[in-house]
Amino acid sequence: MSPLNLRSGHSDSGREYWRILEDPGAAQPPSSAPAGSPDALTRRGFLGIMGASLAFAGGGGCSRPPSEPIVPYVRAPESVVPGKPLYFATAIALDGFSTGVLVESHEGRPTKIEGNPSHPAGRGSTDLFSQASILTLYDPDRARETTERGEVRQYEDFIRALRAAVDAERASGGAGVRILSDTVTSPTLAAQRRAILRSLPAARWHQWEPLMPTANATAGARLAFGRDAHTVHRLDRADVILALDAELLAGTPRSLADVRAFAERRRVAAQTEPRMNRLYAVEPALSLTGAKADHRWPLRARDVLPFAATLARRLGVETAALPAQVPGGIAASALDALARDLAAHRGASLVIAGDGQPPAVHALAHAMNAVLSNVGRTVVYTEPVALPPDPGDTLEALAEDMRAGRVRVLIVVAWNPVYAAAADLTFGQTLERIPFSAYLGLFHDETAEKCRWHVPAAHTLETWSDARAWDGTTSIVQPLIAPLYNGRSAHEIVALLDQGAAAPTSGYDIVRGYWTSTRRERDFERFWRRALHDGIVPDSAARPIDVALRPGWARAAASDAPTPPRGLEINFKPSAVVHDGRYANNGWLQELPQPLTSITWDNAAQLSPRTAGELGIRSEDVVALDYGGRRVLAPAWITPGHADGSVTVALGYGRTRAGRVGNGVGFDAYPLRTSRAPWFDDGLTVEKVGTTHPLAVAARHHDMQGRDLVVAGTLEAYHRDPNFVRARTSHTPRDRAGQPLSLYPDHPDAEYRWGMSIDLGACTACQACVVACYAENNIPVVGKAQVQAGRIMHWLRVDTYYAGSPDRPEVFHQPVPCMHCEKAPCEVVCPVNATVHSREGLNEMVYNRCVGTRYCSNNCPYKVRVFNFLQYADWETESLKLQRNPDVTVRSRGVMEKCTYCVQRINAARIEAEKQGRRIRDGEVVPACAAACPAQAIVFGDLNDPASAVHRLKQSPLDYALLGELGTRPRTTYLAALRNPNPDEAKA
Amino acid sequence: MPQIFRPSADSLARVAIATLVLLAIGIPTTVAIVQRSSLVTDVGVVQAQPVFFSHKHHVADDGIDCRYCHTSVEESPFAGMPSIEICMNCHRQIWNESPMLEPIRTSYRTGAPIAWKRVHDLPDFVYFDHSIHVAKGVGCETCHGRVDRMPLLWRVNTLQMDWCLECHRHPERQVRPRDQVFTMGWRPPGNDQIALGSRLVQAYGIQRKTDCSICHR
Repeated sequence: MSPLNLRSGHSDSGREYWRILEDPGAAQPPSSAPAGSPDALTRRGFLGIMGASLAFAGGGGCSRPPSEPIVPYVRAPESVVPGKPLYFATAIALDGFSTGVLVESHEGRPTKIEGNPSHPAGRGSTDLFSQASILTLYDPDRARETTERGEVRQYEDFIRALRAAVDAERASGGAGVRILSDTVTSPTLAAQRRAILRSLPAARWHQWEPLMPTANATAGARLAFGRDAHTVHRLDRADVILALDAELLAGTPRSLADVRAFAERRRVAAQTEPRMNRLYAVEPALSLTGAKADHRWPLRARDVLPFAATLARRLGVETAALPAQVPGGIAASALDALARDLAAHRGASLVIAGDGQPPAVHALAHAMNAVLSNVGRTVVYTEPVALPPDPGDTLEALAEDMRAGRVRVLIVVAWNPVYAAAADLTFGQTLERIPFSAYLGLFHDETAEKCRWHVPAAHTLETWSDARAWDGTTSIVQPLIAPLYNGRSAHEIVALLDQGAAAPTSGYDIVRGYWTSTRRERDFERFWRRALHDGIVPDSAARPIDVALRPGWARAAASDAPTPPRGLEINFKPSAVVHDGRYANNGWLQELPQPLTSITWDNAAQLSPRTAGELGIRSEDVVALDYGGRRVLAPAWITPGHADGSVTVALGYGRTRAGRVGNGVGFDAYPLRTSRAPWFDDGLTVEKVGTTHPLAVAARHHDMQGRDLVVAGTLEAYHRDPNFVRARTSHTPRDRAGQPLSLYPDHPDAEYRWGMSIDLGACTACQACVVACYAENNIPVVGKAQVQAGRIMHWLRVDTYYAGSPDRPEVFHQPVPCMHCEKAPCEVVCPVNATVHSREGLNEMVYNRCVGTRYCSNNCPYKVRVFNFLQYADWETESLKLQRNPDVTVRSRGVMEKCTYCVQRINAARIEAEKQGRRIRDGEVVPACAAACPAQAIVFGDLNDPASAVHRLKQSPLDYALLGELGTRPRTTYLAALRNPNPDEAKA
Repeated sequence: MPQIFRPSADSLARVAIATLVLLAIGIPTTVAIVQRSSLVTDVGVVQAQPVFFSHKHHVADDGIDCRYCHTSVEESPFAGMPSIEICMNCHRQIWNESPMLEPIRTSYRTGAPIAWKRVHDLPDFVYFDHSIHVAKGVGCETCHGRVDRMPLLWRVNTLQMDWCLECHRHPERQVRPRDQVFTMGWRPPGNDQIALGSRLVQAYGIQRKTDCSICHR
């Protein structure tokens, strides 16, 4: 049976799925080693190297293993059992808002980050940034010395210089003193800010982040309600959701909670009476939210406001002066159907405006939610969680003061404004003119270079602090390790401004001092220990408030109305992997295939197939982006589902002083971003410059040759015939037990049969699982050239499949780890028995036996085996050794690797269970990917236990095996993706 | 036409063939012997330590239980090397001026740890767990030998994979009652190890675990 037959024979809907828009005219991507790569060897060179390798291999075999002494503690720390990890609760912030995490610590060295199950943001899951932050902690490029204009100084010199500079300002009440910080959610830092502004009343404290996740929302709330309000969405209560250019499902501090709630409402397999929520999205560039949507319309960012206003008017919102015409590309009937659907779910619908949309769109969303009686149900307004930004405390105001020479002492504890501040502020140039400037940063980066003083910052995992989650829940941040390079925290730097010499200066004293002063408990110690242990301060979520629409709000909002369009639109988005650029030196994230595009080690100017066609641009052509008198060169990437007439660029690349990993990766889009238009604007022109820039696109490898891999359907089809998934493989030849026929031998059954179920309907392709796998399994980073050669090392990948027209495609995600086939094709072809079957059904890889024939990978239909071509793991850098998981081998070159189902976790659980004389309980073994997944799309467990979650999921009619017709009997199976399109609109 | 080979060529060829055969047998045999000899395995090689610590004295003469010093052997993969504090628990009182213990006292005073020579060293790709072996009735003596008779320690077993597998395939030949795990010189009643061992394998639910991932990952 040929693959071609399989495809045409099995396609449930007769649809073609595709992974990447390859221009047939463009050069075909290299299938193995690219020309000019270091691997292009002559025959003589090859023989020479082979001979030398054989000789050295023989010699190496005669060496003795290194002698490793045992160095026991002098005084053993309390509760540390050597060989057993401990877990400590702390919190990691993204854009200022925290997620609770538990950090695994081996004899005092943090190695892995897990979610904190008691924290409401992640409830045990994590995003890719917190997973990867462990690598940043051990980054060998981190700054190690306090410097003044690049010269190494003592920290005490800095303290003296800072105190002298501030004391000179005291007479004027600190008129020349400015502090620039990130978004302040830390109660301690907020208290420190109040104290500073009391003692230096003329000083100013500015808050800034490259992506201000609350700026437009706060302004929108002020428009609509006339007051500050913080918006908390309750997706767990919403049946119909409309996302207005809003990324809900990845990359924001809200995402973990939102993904969980969203996926919970789409889990059909476990329901007796299947119901699903319905998601509508309008947006310029395909986002993960749009990819999950049941209906999505590509819309230029500027068209979102008229779209929202039109919709609002149909819902009965008084929109007055706001422009309201249906933008092109959306049928009026579709808009009607959407309005009817929202209105039909009064109190259970939800309209969400994106962070990049102007305040008017946020105000419209607030108004629609009010009209739909969603307030208090699916949308809850609370007191502000972060310190509300004051118009006078923005970065623009600071830049203005700096230009005017009113700033004499500037302390920057925010991340890297020189790199990421709006281009029109020329922050870097003015910064150099400040007499006393100091920067607290992890790296000696762009800002450190321009500041007079640079103090190495302590990493979150080295810091005492506190932070609040999106819903206000407060966590105390505790350090897992003493600062590796004498880093300081923002608290410690800010405390230096305090006049009183008796004021505490250590981070611990500052944070504990704040909490001692605010808590009323009689037994403070008990509260403190509890809060540290649990990772949350009880009852600290923000209090809900009552809001009411302000009359005449729409007239005020009309000032945001767009002007007639000029030229193309430019859209700025944070990078899905390096965020605003602060993770640029993180190899795990740079190498992570970016969701949807699958590009690694680069960003690109994304545009729609039609717009690209009109401009004569092909993917990987270098184009010049001209906007506002500035020009940036970028490779183009034609993206399915992109709005026409719009170009999207990801921020966070093109760093010049990120470190050895991040320097010069991608192009810097910040020079195009102005304070007037931080998110989108028109007036862009794009032209080809005639060169190309090859991108490392991971979707070009591990191709399963167009076979039928994703199974999808609609809720309606499922209602009609719940067995539609099974029907599609009904003609596969089967044995008496109903299993596909196989020539391979049977394996005897054991006490446990491990298996995994992955819910394609829940997966949002956020990639947290992939990074978690890197961290847990010591997976090396290979770099762009090796990725281009098809040698990316990830054990788990998330494939994206598109169906339908490239203009409005349907998108499906499929995480693919090793399937752990019961009839594994890889095992029978290994000449040295290096890959074998365990009794419990694991397909095991024995690195010491592997000689690197790669036959197994050739014979694997799923392409989940990766070969360690070169010595990718860094065995030299001391700090990176600390990061490695001591329970997993660090592989050398020349061996095959693959997913092990996190066998180290199975073994740890087995040993505990055996010691207690019981079976392993369901849920006791959680692989790293499943633990990280915010959608809980990955479930692992014992198939012999009829009560286990994974066993129940495999009974679902949606369960199917990838390429099950091959008879491999994979232990990893999938739940087909269901969508819930509006039947009303289908008719329209 | 002149002869290419002289008559001695025959003899040379015979010798060469014989040498080749000998080498073909001899080299693998030598490698196998060296591989199992104490040159490689360190079996029976007394290891010098920074402090002359005698297990014989502490175990046989003083009767101290293994777990007094190897504190984590029942709960962790690592048996636990005693911290200097544990040494000083006793040696604060007795032999507290012995010159032999000066490195211990120095370490205790300065906080600088002592680097002991590892006697039982497994390769890094082997993930051995003490706690489960102890819980399943594998005596300390089974692997480490009669440490109560060793002034300085040496290795009594090769710690090579075939030695591990011997027990993983036939656990009944080695297991003992849990309450005898820390006993030195224990003998099965009536010297019938197989009978007792088979009963214990049943009672303790011991499985013959030979999957690769049990020890390698």
